[in-house]
Amino acid sequence: MKMEERVRVFSYIILAVFALFILRLWDLQVVKGRWYREISERNRLRSIAIPAQRGIIYDRNHVPLVDNEPSFDIAIIREDFSDDPERLSLLAGLLDLSPEEIEKRLKDGTGSPLSPVKIKQDVSFKEVAMIEARRMDLPGLVVEVVPRRNYIYGRLASHVIGYLGYMTPRQLRDPAYNDVPVTAFVGHYGIEKTYDSLLRGKAGRRIVEVDATGRVVRIVGIQRPVKGRDITLTLDIDVQREAEEGLRGRAGAVVVLAPETGEVLAMASAPSFDPNLFARGISYRDWRRLINDPRRPLLNRAIQGVYPPGSTFKIIGALAALEEGVIDSATEFTCRGAIEMGGRSFRCWKEKGHGRISLYRAITESCDVYFYEIGKRLGIERIAEYARMFGLGEPSGIELDGERRGIVPSMEWKLKNLHERWYGGETLNTVIGQGYLSATPLQMARMVSAVINGGRLYRVHLLRDRPIELERTIEIDPGSESFLKRALIGVVEDSNGTGRKAHSGWVRIGGKTGTAQVVKKGQRGVRSKRNRDHAWFVAFAPEDEPEVAVSVFVEHGGQGGTAAAPIARDVIEAYFRADGSGLRADKEVMERSL
Amino acid sequence: MIDRRLLKNFDWGIPFVALFISLIGVATIYSATRPVFDIPQQDFYLRQLYWIAIGMLAFIFTISIDYRHLVRFAYILFLIGVILLFAVLFIGKRGMGAQRWIVLGPFSFQPSEFFKILFIVALSRYLSRMDRSRPLGLREIIRMLTLFVLIPFILIIRQPDLGTAIILLLLFSCMVMMAGVRRRIAITGIIIGLVSLPFIGSIMWENLKDYQRQRLIAFVEPEADPHGVGYHINQSKITIGSGGFTGKGYLKGTQGPLRFLPERHTDFIFAIFAEEWGFSGCIVLFLLYLFLITKGIDTVKKARDASGAFIVLGVTIAFSFYFIINVGMTLGMVPVVGIPMPLFSYGGTAMLSNFIALGIIENVRMRRSFMYY
Repeated sequence: MKMEERVRVFSYIILAVFALFILRLWDLQVVKGRWYREISERNRLRSIAIPAQRGIIYDRNHVPLVDNEPSFDIAIIREDFSDDPERLSLLAGLLDLSPEEIEKRLKDGTGSPLSPVKIKQDVSFKEVAMIEARRMDLPGLVVEVVPRRNYIYGRLASHVIGYLGYMTPRQLRDPAYNDVPVTAFVGHYGIEKTYDSLLRGKAGRRIVEVDATGRVVRIVGIQRPVKGRDITLTLDIDVQREAEEGLRGRAGAVVVLAPETGEVLAMASAPSFDPNLFARGISYRDWRRLINDPRRPLLNRAIQGVYPPGSTFKIIGALAALEEGVIDSATEFTCRGAIEMGGRSFRCWKEKGHGRISLYRAITESCDVYFYEIGKRLGIERIAEYARMFGLGEPSGIELDGERRGIVPSMEWKLKNLHERWYGGETLNTVIGQGYLSATPLQMARMVSAVINGGRLYRVHLLRDRPIELERTIEIDPGSESFLKRALIGVVEDSNGTGRKAHSGWVRIGGKTGTAQVVKKGQRGVRSKRNRDHAWFVAFAPEDEPEVAVSVFVEHGGQGGTAAAPIARDVIEAYFRADGSGLRADKEVMERSL
Repeated sequence: MIDRRLLKNFDWGIPFVALFISLIGVATIYSATRPVFDIPQQDFYLRQLYWIAIGMLAFIFTISIDYRHLVRFAYILFLIGVILLFAVLFIGKRGMGAQRWIVLGPFSFQPSEFFKILFIVALSRYLSRMDRSRPLGLREIIRMLTLFVLIPFILIIRQPDLGTAIILLLLFSCMVMMAGVRRRIAITGIIIGLVSLPFIGSIMWENLKDYQRQRLIAFVEPEADPHGVGYHINQSKITIGSGGFTGKGYLKGTQGPLRFLPERHTDFIFAIFAEEWGFSGCIVLFLLYLFLITKGIDTVKKARDASGAFIVLGVTIAFSFYFIINVGMTLGMVPVVGIPMPLFSYGGTAMLSNFIALGIIENVRMRRSFMYY
């Protein structure tokens, strides 16, 4: 082979390589071109969610309870922030953290080295200003401004308002949450959860071009977020505050209803929690502490706690007896401190007995024996029927999750649940609000509402705009109603009334005490706090055309007349003060004259 | 100094096409390095322009000296080259994990870039003086390997400059093959080369720097670790592929300015061009390169003497290899070895040595025999 031939072979090889290159180019650019174009677009374009402002929550008088405030979070893009020790200590000094803490957070940060890792949340404006001044020395530092939920009054009405959190796995799968960005906070509890779809609005999107380090080069497109709807609650902040003040240091619940509408004016449960803890993403430690607290601060006792109503249930017993005609308002029985039935002795709370006693006094002095007599004449079925008519054993319709029904025992109920027949003695227990009977504080307030407003049972609600819904009207003889109201006023106003401590100098209050036994009578050997009775007081005011119906429950509070009645009075006074119906001035005059 | 008859034989195509390619290169460098934030444009493209000007001067200088003078001093020049390679190991400047540069006042240059040309001239002189009536035997080949390749190869691989070392070896093999080798030796040589490749590979592997190993891993399995070593190749393919048939348009490419493609203005500049001009633009660019290579091959045939033919052959082979290896690695067909695209990639020394190489082709072409048949 001559050299010339070899050179020709060389040129053929070159041509072959060029042909190969062209084939490869054809494959990359023409055959797979669109695919690679997409990848290059994905390389450079990012969709960043712009969180929508959640709606503001107001009380009934347009006082904001929950709003939003900007929160500054400090984040670092690891790729750009090489952990140079000098830089670390500078940042540590500015943020009041130790360099080790920052290093740890950087190490723990997941995702690509280009996505920002949060170093400190909720930094003060002053700190942000200081950091901005040193920006040049801190490459890769990002100050993110995010709207944060602000629960203006902290713990106030925390069980009603609720809290936020990241979406649960179930919410992530729920189509109702489809347009919510994965990183967004949604309502997890209370009104924040129930009306989440109203409050949350619609997140916007920002399409940005980024470089390989993830820095935003320019904004390509923007879709503005839609602010969530503001909502107005039926709560009255002043009444709510008074209710929580009354429960301070104790466990229990207070519910205040407007009897003519079913609106919830106040709903307090103690102990409570601070929803602001959740607003910035609750720490694992805080969360463990909340759910492991034996006093169960996350439980809304007003709707999730069911307790024997004790003597407050005598309102139902009295009404049923009058309506069914087994007695009339003049009927008298003799109380000797106890009554025999089925070989067992059923005692009155007053061991000496009340002597010859009428229905009026049986209510104001809460005579148990009188009601045993009523119970014997009514029988369990009729008692249960009236209890159910007034909303016990059924949900009140309130817009909160986890409401419990309580128990209205009957023969059928016992057979079905305990596989046992009903004993006559159990009727006597039931009629004084003990035994199997149980109800939530909300149910008791609702019951009182219906008793004093002519038998109209409303669906309970928290959203002001929600139409009033009448569940049913119970036929009550006007005579029975006015008699009952008078007796309930007597509970507070009479010198022997069990609810004397609910007396207010400037508004007439009617009510009924209740002291629910936790341990059966005669078994109370140990007088520890856990064995103390639950204190109840249900009330209404004023006497004519009542505007509020109240139920107060104090867990292991002892006597209803001592532990619960004063709270009811304070709450009612707070309502009329806030109402501005002139009573406030009266009180001031009164206080000055004292 | 330049004869009028020489001008008659002057091929204007070579300098014009070379200038055209390098100016497209400048435009592409400008696009690849354009800033995305409010910072001034880096001056890579300007510096490249200066180097093109210097390259053109070097081209004129190269054609003005008769290549036969070059051949006369071939061995001395070769020795100087080897000394410079030694020097770079001791006084060389480090950059990007390798010691390749010698700093002379404001200039820094890579001796290995120029050494290739000196190597070609020296080897050409040796080959042209041999009795080529019969093919080369094994003994001659081993002697040439020892004389010309062994020491420079070791020196260059110590820098380390894997790309240039491989080019050197390939260049030697091709030139010797072209000179004519006994068929048995040629065939056994190729077979031994292919069979021993894994062994050489494993020996080399032990001596490779970390980044060199990673490049090899990345070549075999680019998708294995898209953010690690395979990143270059993947992003290069994305860059090229996203250009499509017509390209995204000049200054419309995104992969370079946003820095998704590393070494966007040096080794991977072709990808940026392919992104903005697409398949059609690439064909045009390929034709321009093919034009230069064809001119080289044509000049080999027309050279007035054997030494001229060998020099042009060597220069053409080197130029072609650079192009093939660079485009091949950008297309993901060859491992990433850090070889620039001739006339196109940013880099002064390479630009200079490429214009000198083209000047040598022109030099030999001009001085071909004046007989017209």
